[in-house]
Amino acid sequence: MRYGYYPGCSLHSTAAEYEYSTRQVCEKLGITLEEIPDWNCCGASSAHSTSHLAGVAIPARNLALAEEKGLDVVAPCAACYQRLVTADYEMKHDPALKAKVEQVMDRKFNGTIGVKSTLEAVVESGLEKMTKALQKPLKGLKIACYYGCYLVKPPKIAHVDDPENPMIMDNIFRALGAETVDWPYKTECCSGSLVLSNTDITLKLARDIMQIAADSGANCIATPCPLCQPNLDMRVAQVNKKYGTNFDLPIFYFTELMALAFGVPKADLKFNKHFVEPTKLLADL
Amino acid sequence: MSVVNLSEQKLVNGQFADEVLKHTGVNVRDCYQCGKCSAGCPIAFAMDIRPNRVIRMVQLGMKDEVLESRTIWVCATCSTCTARCPRGVDPARIMDGLRIMALEAGKTANAENEVAVHKLFMDSIGKYGRLYELELFLRLTLKTGFLFKNTDLALPMLTKGKLSFLPTKLKGANEVKKIIEAAARLEGEQA
Ligand code: SF4
Ligand code: SF4
Repeated sequence: MRYGYYPGCSLHSTAAEYEYSTRQVCEKLGITLEEIPDWNCCGASSAHSTSHLAGVAIPARNLALAEEKGLDVVAPCAACYQRLVTADYEMKHDPALKAKVEQVMDRKFNGTIGVKSTLEAVVESGLEKMTKALQKPLKGLKIACYYGCYLVKPPKIAHVDDPENPMIMDNIFRALGAETVDWPYKTECCSGSLVLSNTDITLKLARDIMQIAADSGANCIATPCPLCQPNLDMRVAQVNKKYGTNFDLPIFYFTELMALAFGVPKADLKFNKHFVEPTKLLADL
Repeated sequence: MSVVNLSEQKLVNGQFADEVLKHTGVNVRDCYQCGKCSAGCPIAFAMDIRPNRVIRMVQLGMKDEVLESRTIWVCATCSTCTARCPRGVDPARIMDGLRIMALEAGKTANAENEVAVHKLFMDSIGKYGRLYELELFLRLTLKTGFLFKNTDLALPMLTKGKLSFLPTKLKGANEVKKIIEAAARLEGEQA
């Protein structure tokens, strides 16, 4: 499969390890990523919180660029995915809005392409391909698959999987030799969108998520979201200080663990970019 | 909260629900106050008015109270409420609409931090086409002391290469700026 790849701003800065591992995993699964030329920021929560029209038109420019290339869009970042798929949905369901979007972005969008998350694209390549690419089974890992909100909510628009109990990431890791834990916080919000304005709120939510993951028997968390990952990983020390806890769960991008299972060397995956370095957990892998 | 005469409120201020309908396409009259949105809202603990009450207050036309609430700004836009509402009301979309209405009405005294973040974010993508985080963090620090509250993160973020020192500027950076401006103009004309 060939896709118009939309990395989004995080994958070019805070989440460089997500970018690297995404590319590795896709390569191993025969998924070709062609970066959308001159893509722009999706607007994140700021655009749609300040203007409905800009909130659709800013991500829509990327859809128009991908359409020029005739490629479906694939986005690793859960937040970008949700902005892109929302813009696509709203334009396809509201011709008057689409006309306005086309007017303000001074480009056409004919709605001939679709939007997917990398998680979906990877799953669609088939479990069989994954087990074939498997070199190092993820033995000993007990993963809490943390999907976050943006891939599955609102479900009418963002429907990568079930909004309450998604399983597609769990199924990948089970096929790759890991255990995944059954836990109730798979799609709980981490309040990543508030991290710049309301740190106190995000610390509580991060604490809750790590607590429930640990209580459910996980020894690490895996996520497809570059807001969730730093919001947990970078905040562990602050959480421990504020709440007197002792968390040291490594927080992975799901593609990092997949790449590891597919034989990409640990050193290349740059786990030292993590605040909680997973050295001990991955010692035998 | 003061005492409110419900029947009177509804008669006098019925048009607020229509304004919200116009902004969001969501009809708050569909809400039957089951409270499910608030029960599942991860931020309810930090809100001054819980989501189901916000919806009820929109039904009752309590515009100033709603637009001046902290709720609409601490809503994390997670859409859990929308996913679970048995009446298809879409509270998350209403929160979006209320934030925009509060900005339009200039009622943001209660939301300085959040408004500063949104403004700096939009400035950044208007200027470069993509987010330039380092500059955003520095500018935010001048406004809200952001980095001083996170001194423990700043250095490791740099040493771990989590922040680019230089922005990426798009060929089409100007297009993003134009989209923001043209959208504001068009929405202004149609308001
Ligand atoms: S869940 Fe829906 S119907 Fe129930 S109170 Fe909230 S908005 Fe109203
Ligand atoms: S979208 Fe906002 S109001 Fe709805 S559940 Fe999430 S934080 Fe609460």
